[in-house]
Amino acid sequence: MNNRDFVRSLPKGQGLYIRQLNLIHLDPLMVFVLLAIMAFGLVVLFSALEGNIEVFRGQVLRLAGAIAVLVLAAQLEPRFYLRWSPVVYALGIVLLGAVLVVGVSAKGATRWLDLPGLPRFQPSEAMKIAVPLVVAWYLNDRPLPPRLTHLLVALAIIAVPAVLIAIQPDLGTAILVAGAGLAVIVLSGVYWRWILLALAAAAAAAPALWMNMREYQKDRVLTLFDAERDPLGAGWNIIQSTTAIGSGGVFGKGLFQGTQSHLEFLPESQTDFIIAVVAEELGLVGVVFLLVLYLVLLARALYMATEARHTFGRLVVGSLALTFFVYVFVNIAMVSGLLPVVGVPLPLVSYGGTAAITLMASFGIMMSIHTHRGW
Amino acid sequence: MAETGHLKDPEAERRRFTARAITLFLLALLGIFVLVGRMIQLQVVDYQKYSTRSDDNRIQMQPLAPPRGLIFDRHGELLADNRPVFTLELVSEQVGDLERVVEDLSSLVAITERDMEAFRKRIERPRRPFEPVPLKYVLTEEEIASLALNRFRLPGVVVEAQLVRHYPYGESVAHAVGSVRRVSEEDLERLDPVNYSATQFVGKLAVERFYERSLHGEVGYQQVEIDARGRVREVLAVQPAVAGQNLTLELDARLQLAAQRALGERRGAVVAIEPSTGGILALVSHPGYDPNLFVTGMTSDEYRALTTAREKPLFNRALNGRYAPGSTFKPVVGLAGIALGVTTWERTIHDTGAFRLPGQRRAYRDWSWKKGNSGGQGIVNLHRAIYRSSNTYFFDLASRMNINDFTGFVAQFGYGSNTALDLADASAGLLPTPTWKRGAKGEPWYPGDNVNMGIGQGDLLVTPLQLATAASIIANRGVFKRPRMLLSSDRPLLESDPPPDPPDVTGVGPEDWERMVDAMEDVVHRGNLGYQQSGTAWAYIGQNAPYRIAGKSGTSQVVGIAQGEEYDEKLLGEYQRKHAWFIAFAPADAPRIALAVLVENGGGGSSVAAPVAREVLDAYLLPQVAAR
Repeated sequence: MNNRDFVRSLPKGQGLYIRQLNLIHLDPLMVFVLLAIMAFGLVVLFSALEGNIEVFRGQVLRLAGAIAVLVLAAQLEPRFYLRWSPVVYALGIVLLGAVLVVGVSAKGATRWLDLPGLPRFQPSEAMKIAVPLVVAWYLNDRPLPPRLTHLLVALAIIAVPAVLIAIQPDLGTAILVAGAGLAVIVLSGVYWRWILLALAAAAAAAPALWMNMREYQKDRVLTLFDAERDPLGAGWNIIQSTTAIGSGGVFGKGLFQGTQSHLEFLPESQTDFIIAVVAEELGLVGVVFLLVLYLVLLARALYMATEARHTFGRLVVGSLALTFFVYVFVNIAMVSGLLPVVGVPLPLVSYGGTAAITLMASFGIMMSIHTHRGW
Repeated sequence: MAETGHLKDPEAERRRFTARAITLFLLALLGIFVLVGRMIQLQVVDYQKYSTRSDDNRIQMQPLAPPRGLIFDRHGELLADNRPVFTLELVSEQVGDLERVVEDLSSLVAITERDMEAFRKRIERPRRPFEPVPLKYVLTEEEIASLALNRFRLPGVVVEAQLVRHYPYGESVAHAVGSVRRVSEEDLERLDPVNYSATQFVGKLAVERFYERSLHGEVGYQQVEIDARGRVREVLAVQPAVAGQNLTLELDARLQLAAQRALGERRGAVVAIEPSTGGILALVSHPGYDPNLFVTGMTSDEYRALTTAREKPLFNRALNGRYAPGSTFKPVVGLAGIALGVTTWERTIHDTGAFRLPGQRRAYRDWSWKKGNSGGQGIVNLHRAIYRSSNTYFFDLASRMNINDFTGFVAQFGYGSNTALDLADASAGLLPTPTWKRGAKGEPWYPGDNVNMGIGQGDLLVTPLQLATAASIIANRGVFKRPRMLLSSDRPLLESDPPPDPPDVTGVGPEDWERMVDAMEDVVHRGNLGYQQSGTAWAYIGQNAPYRIAGKSGTSQVVGIAQGEEYDEKLLGEYQRKHAWFIAFAPADAPRIALAVLVENGGGGSSVAAPVAREVLDAYLLPQVAAR
């Protein structure tokens, strides 16, 4: 069902209202689900913040700002994104280089750029969108599935920022940025046998990767297999988060009743580990509810991707949708002890502004592509 | 962008993309199933495990240490109480720069190298996050005050209070009351781990040890909800600890101090007993030690000094010092002679200053023997043999007694066993018998062993407590009252039912007791009668006594003196000189106190130990005489 059909199918009064949304290039179903996830997230965050109204208000304002970014991004025409993506990409590469030279360090990693007249920001964050856009831009005119040379060029486009981010070091973001670019390649129809070959090569390269990992990174991986090896150190987070999740049971301990989070056993309960608060306080039911919302969002976005009229639009919408889903999966898998601990927030639920703005911008781009039927 | 060779086929691309999108959506769906499966595993399958773990996290049973029972003397003077001490602790997660904070603290609190060393070790140990680590025990009031003033700029610095044992009399009662020590690994194997879960100190000696179960009390609990930093958020339930029993001892603190004063700087012991009850009125061993040091801690140098000092301050001479009783043994030997029918009060011998066993050349000499002076005391009966302390008389008497009958009689006075009710760590001394000698030395019993034992020498060893007990039995005219520290307690004690008093001494008639007491009175009071006529102690303590004292001096050899050699104090080192003994009880007719005094390497019993005994008797009896 395309958008017009959807609007037509609605009752008359609502249809008018939705039609208006459509006029400003917003996708009603997607907006509704996004708002639902944000509302759900705010309730859980309110619990995790233990009544810290100031911080809560700050988060509401940030989300409002993110919604504004979404609306703005939706107004820009797809042609604009196509034209400007290489420029933004190039600028991003320059800024990533600048981070390595004059960046601000915190906790042993240099990730921030503090330019005069601008708020402090992470260039790597913008690359989460810029990389899939530029890969889509590159493949837009190429025959698909891409030939090997095109594929290698696309991979190089992805590798440059990924490597620059990885040596900050910020392995988590590097993988996500690379993942976003690779999503474009997969969606472009590259042969499955090549994908499988690449996967096999990656597996073969794993030992080399391991050798080059830093101690704390190795620790995180080892902890995944045996959290009890250092229960008060590296294992603490994962032990406490699985305990929080498990002790929630089917229906949870009740909103505001989570002991793991409120007694501070659960670290990062407002940010990366907030799904554990959901699981503890609202139980399996709460988690599944949230997962269903995410799944609806993914389904809608992928549908919108297939509806797109041109290669660039398809690749951009599809890859941004998949990237978003990867965040969800990686975050929950990490908190529940299926993946090593990497710094990935739960989209639209975790406390924090930067990630929300990036995400909402990407949804804005999806809507722009979907609602601007021509170029 | 220029076309590069192949033409694009938009419709085929579109179809291929849709297929890809569906495939990837299915993969995503699989991912969702994996996540939901994981959630089901955690929240449904293993729910019980994680629910328990979550409760274990937050709900803690904190044991509450029971306050240790107090110990009073017979007049209600506090001998052992509990007082709060304050410990400086650091929460390393909150202090920030540890080195800087410690440096900062050392300007407010005296932190020694040793404190730092112990702190570094403790902080290396695994512990919960935010668990405080002690830096310094026992803060002074000034230190607590300056820490409170600076608290605002010292996050993570905590002052923790706890109740610990305190002995107001310090060194004076250390050997009588005993002391507590920090619970060691060994103790933990022996103690009830539940009841002692919050306890830091355990009674180690004397009363503190014997009545440990009663003094300790019962552990309490509070169920609390804690956060990850170990801070108590809420107390969910409390089962209060049951305080230990308060004990009142027979001890008389004033007499204890008087006895300590009387000994002065000399090494030795004083044990005083109330004959009618067996209650131990004073139990002094000098030098002592400050038992508070074991609670509040001392440096390893201080501890080494205590353990290696030649005068052995940690050694309880009153309970564990084993010495030959010397002539203080003679009254018991005399009573044995009477009881066994070996002698009578009328029987006399001619004391020529030396005794020889039939057919042997070796001479057993009198204590007063010197080269060129036989030391003989002339015609001596039992009475005179006591107040003049004739060795020859008792050599002769002992040589004629059957050794098994003799030791059997002597054992009735508590020699060779620990008869104290509640001093489990007191020594039994040594009452040698032929069986013992065969076993321990692999030698038969010789008649000469009888002879030596007659004057309290040879292998016979007694403790000051045992001699005081024997004096108390003589004061009681044969009635054995078990010596005891405990006078009363608030409630019945957990310690097992007290054993009955040992049987009274048999074989000695009432008149014999009185005559022995008379003889012992003459040791002190018979005087002004010229050479070899006065009691041995008269010149030292008998001339102005306002009440009747029955006593007996003793001098026990530390090193053997060869045949024909003279004992010359000047030739011997301090630790080789004779030990001075005096046993006494008073008033002689109705004794209220019996005692034994030991002055290690002090010299003569009458000249050195008797004045100490007199001072103690005065301290106890003069106020009572005055009151009357």
